[in-house]
Amino acid sequence: MTAAQALPVLVAGPLLGAAVLVATGRWLPRYVADVFAAVVAGAAAALAVGVLVATADGATPVEWVGGRRPRDGAGVGIVLVGDGIGLGLTALVSVLVVTALIYSWRFFDDPPSHQTGAFPALILAFQAAMCGFTLTGDLFNAFVFFELMGVVAYALTGYRVEEARAVQGALTFGFLNSLGGYAILLGVGLLYAHTGQLGLAQIGQHLDAGGERSGALVKVAFVLVATGFLVKAAAVPFHFWLPDAHTVAPTPVCMLLSGVMVQLGVYGVARLYWTVFAGSGALPEEAVHRALLALGVLTAVTGALLCWLQRHVKRLLAFSTIAHTGLFLVALAVLTPEAVSGTALYVLGHAGVKAALFACAGILVDRFGSVDEQELHGRGTRLRPVGVLFTVGGLALAGLPPFGTGLGKALSEEAAGGWPTVLFVAVSAATGGAVLRVAGGVFFGLGSPPADEDRPHATGRHRQDGAEAHEDAETTGADEPEETRERVTRAPDTMFAAAAALLAAGLAVGCVPPLWSAVSRAADSFTDHSGYAMTVLHATEQHLPHSPVPHWSPAGVALGLASAALAAAGAWGALRTVPSGVRPGWSLPLRRLHSGHAGDYVACAVAGLTLLAALVW
Amino acid sequence: MSVLPYLVAGWLFLVGCYGLATSRNLIHAVGSLAVCQASTYVLLLAVGYRHGGTAPVFSDIRPGSRPVVDPVVQALTLTDVVVGATLTALLLALVVQVSKRHGTVDPDELRELRG
Repeated sequence: MTAAQALPVLVAGPLLGAAVLVATGRWLPRYVADVFAAVVAGAAAALAVGVLVATADGATPVEWVGGRRPRDGAGVGIVLVGDGIGLGLTALVSVLVVTALIYSWRFFDDPPSHQTGAFPALILAFQAAMCGFTLTGDLFNAFVFFELMGVVAYALTGYRVEEARAVQGALTFGFLNSLGGYAILLGVGLLYAHTGQLGLAQIGQHLDAGGERSGALVKVAFVLVATGFLVKAAAVPFHFWLPDAHTVAPTPVCMLLSGVMVQLGVYGVARLYWTVFAGSGALPEEAVHRALLALGVLTAVTGALLCWLQRHVKRLLAFSTIAHTGLFLVALAVLTPEAVSGTALYVLGHAGVKAALFACAGILVDRFGSVDEQELHGRGTRLRPVGVLFTVGGLALAGLPPFGTGLGKALSEEAAGGWPTVLFVAVSAATGGAVLRVAGGVFFGLGSPPADEDRPHATGRHRQDGAEAHEDAETTGADEPEETRERVTRAPDTMFAAAAALLAAGLAVGCVPPLWSAVSRAADSFTDHSGYAMTVLHATEQHLPHSPVPHWSPAGVALGLASAALAAAGAWGALRTVPSGVRPGWSLPLRRLHSGHAGDYVACAVAGLTLLAALVW
Repeated sequence: MSVLPYLVAGWLFLVGCYGLATSRNLIHAVGSLAVCQASTYVLLLAVGYRHGGTAPVFSDIRPGSRPVVDPVVQALTLTDVVVGATLTALLLALVVQVSKRHGTVDPDELRELRG
């Protein structure tokens, strides 16, 4: 099997596995279904890594499915392109799926006997959709995989259909992401009307030839498609679905959503810009730079503020994902290969660290039936190893060298330069500090315990009388549905091992120089507009001058240490001075904006669409 | 080429968004989302329309003998219909569960996830 022939298998394999599980899941014992899913996902992961290694120095594999190659640069064939960034994300998706499946072995109660295969089947379908999205070289297929990814994710978010909150979160998620999907399709329709093509490379070539004619149409199409991807990326003001979905989704699903699915939205915007619009005069580089930078700053600041204000641990981690998405957008806005390699390493490191933090939060759910920072104050002292992991994860999130997050942050700072450096340090310190505050309070009993009336169990009784008890807009993490049959007395080995392995992977990203040079080469070809078209349409490789291999710079190390120190100081200060549960009054309007009302969220998303259009014009 | 279908597509998308934003009933909201989706059908079919063209089925006409509308957008629309059916079914199933668990389908009364 050649590398190109392996590409369809990476998508079709997990999809077939899901179909088998759906068909036979009814009769399978649970462990058979779980092992089968892990083997399928693991085989796909091994294949993705294998193809990635085999093509690291060679030609980019391109597969025209069914042999339907374009004639004279036109055609309706479906193409899969395994370039460095795309294949790398496929490998990341597959590895993370395997970890999430292993984590979920001990995580769920036995499902009802007639749907043993449902959860692993959904996860495999999710994997197939994400791999398809990263590998496709066709804009319409990107839409189809986007929607498949969405539909499976709504089902996974609302997996515990017996839970009132779970179905509500899944519904909000569904409304916003589907609306984003339709915006993509409208944009695809306009691009097809203008160029008569659906492939990324073909549309790009036609736009190149068109010069500045029909600038308005091209801009509208970019705004519509980019809006869809930014909804998935949870950029403010399209982000409202993400905290709700993470609050209610089962923890293994959160690991996948926050670890990689959200970042695929950022990838979508970058892929769209470089393959389709980068060479056309109709969409100036400054306009895209301005739009990404403005949205990125807004996202990073909003995410960091709300992250600091949360008491629900999973919701806190969700807002930290939003903050980091903002940082990814700020870095990408520079639109250089260095920015792409910095962002790619940041995404890799972030995936490991964030998934590890969610894995630790899931252990809290299993042990205490709660993820509320105040209710759990001091109760996690017997889970010391988990506490250590959580603390290290918080420091890594703040950018402590030599974690991959630290390297990615340092490289992104270098690429962005100037005042964004302050933003990178402040935002990563705030998110890391919030995690450290939780770690200090919950696992080490630091700071003053909350007063009795702050304990959610005391207010929980009022809550049944009506919503008035929660006039002060916030989501507590008490009364979390238990996901194991009995409350576990210590962290189950598989869950703990998954968390530790993920954190170690996040560390490895910052310590393996061969990975850095591979990412740098991948970023060079990712940002090469005409090279992509040549590779896909004419199977000819151009040899680019390589960008310098990224590495740790003294300034990057110093800034990483500074962020980690700032995070620790902030957490220490919060634990020592601010009484638990008191949140500043100025934050109320921002918190009220997150009203839990799908209609409000849709209105904000439409306003965001207008904002993006204004920024691009 | 008439501009009207494009204006209709834009109008449908906006009116669907308006319906979603102001909805007082989740079933109505799912319907509004379907209206948004209808705008994509109208846009795609308008893109492929050719004046005087017929259906791109060559069983009874000789290829090249008369103009046909673009079959590609019709394939895209069909795919879109399938996506929409899946989505509507899943969202309605979730609404049924919301109704069972919360005892209401008014989004104004679902206020647990906030801040």
